[in-house]
Amino acid sequence: MKPARFDYARPETLEGALAVLAEQGPEASVLAGGQSLMPMLNLRMARPGMLVDINRIPGLDAITLAGGVLSIGARARHAEVLASPLVQQAAPMLAQALQHVAHPAIRNRGTLGGSLALADPAAEMPACAACLGATIVLASAGGGRRVAAKDFFLGVYATAIEPGELILRVEIPAIATGWTHLFQEVSRRHGDYAMAGLALALRRKGAGIAEARIALCGVESATRRQAEAEAALVAGGIEAACQVLGGLDAMGGEEVTAAHRIHLARVLLRRAMGTRN
Amino acid sequence: MELTDEPTADIACTLNGEAVRARVPLRQNLVDWLRYGAGLTGSHVGCEHGVCGACHVQVDGAVVRGCLMLAVQADGTVVETIEGATGSGRIRALQDAFFNRAALQCGFCTPGMLLQAAELLERTPDPSRAEIREALSGNYCRCTGYHAIVDAVQTAAASLRA
Repeated sequence: MKPARFDYARPETLEGALAVLAEQGPEASVLAGGQSLMPMLNLRMARPGMLVDINRIPGLDAITLAGGVLSIGARARHAEVLASPLVQQAAPMLAQALQHVAHPAIRNRGTLGGSLALADPAAEMPACAACLGATIVLASAGGGRRVAAKDFFLGVYATAIEPGELILRVEIPAIATGWTHLFQEVSRRHGDYAMAGLALALRRKGAGIAEARIALCGVESATRRQAEAEAALVAGGIEAACQVLGGLDAMGGEEVTAAHRIHLARVLLRRAMGTRN
Repeated sequence: MELTDEPTADIACTLNGEAVRARVPLRQNLVDWLRYGAGLTGSHVGCEHGVCGACHVQVDGAVVRGCLMLAVQADGTVVETIEGATGSGRIRALQDAFFNRAALQCGFCTPGMLLQAAELLERTPDPSRAEIREALSGNYCRCTGYHAIVDAVQTAAASLRA
């Protein structure tokens, strides 16, 4: 299994990268960590005319926290995000979720921006981005734009990124006082694809829930906030939310059925809320 | 690959402590260049899509899948393979422990296991068995199962702490 031929560009500047992406249009694929693109190339499931390697562009991996916004450069490696004290402080959900992302050698190389750009419905990072209300900041030769996570994930491997655009960074509102972050998932073995995963942000009020944000991975084909389940959780509690989850249009498959994914999503919600099953 | 019209690029890197220059096909994976270009066959080619961990090498101090990086991306980096790690002695305790515990049969997965275990012990000198299993979750062994491997990593960790 070897890749088909491609042209290769390794721009040293952001401007250079955007110029190549503009010129190549849909023929170009961005090579960041390569932990999903390279398997697809090796398997010849992807045959881009041009690889634009962004690993030499300075500054694309910066992680900063200012003005209540955590900003993570698109090329920040999973291992760097996982180890970042700023991430631990401002978005603990990301650190929890990254422990489920593949294996150490993959996390040493794979990037946050790459995971979002791929939009694998089983992946953890898109679910976190949706749950936390992230903003994806895109650049292109013609300028830039900001896309809210709720408008970014369109389906299986489908995002709002247009040809010629590159993710620059992801901006996440820092966790506010009184909120709790939780990420849990079920997979066959550690690091395998999630059969179901739950990203949950909560603000409790006494014994009840004042506000909730829920996103799932490995369940629906397009990652999104589960607004109906959130409202049910606040208004009616865990079982009301589980009832809503029962109505989801989950992905099927021979290995994991839609009904099983929904079952696991409910189990994860009950566990996250502190009940046994 | 010996195709005459194959697009190539020139790279320069530090490979196991030595400055190396090479001309590599653009589409050649790092591990294929190490084996067929540089003649270092200790890194193994297993699944070629990032699942098995047999191709692990260290690039700029971090363990990576050799099948999920292009050789051209090694330009300007510091690469260490199992040959380099063996020569420097930095994984000696792990190698001794694997040998003594018979934590290998065919040995195909062993170089990748050793490099990943070494990275774990650098960061976590006293790992639990669960931490060892998690660190090696991306390294497949099809012979022994994993108990002896986990034993060996624990033993090596203890000897390094002593």
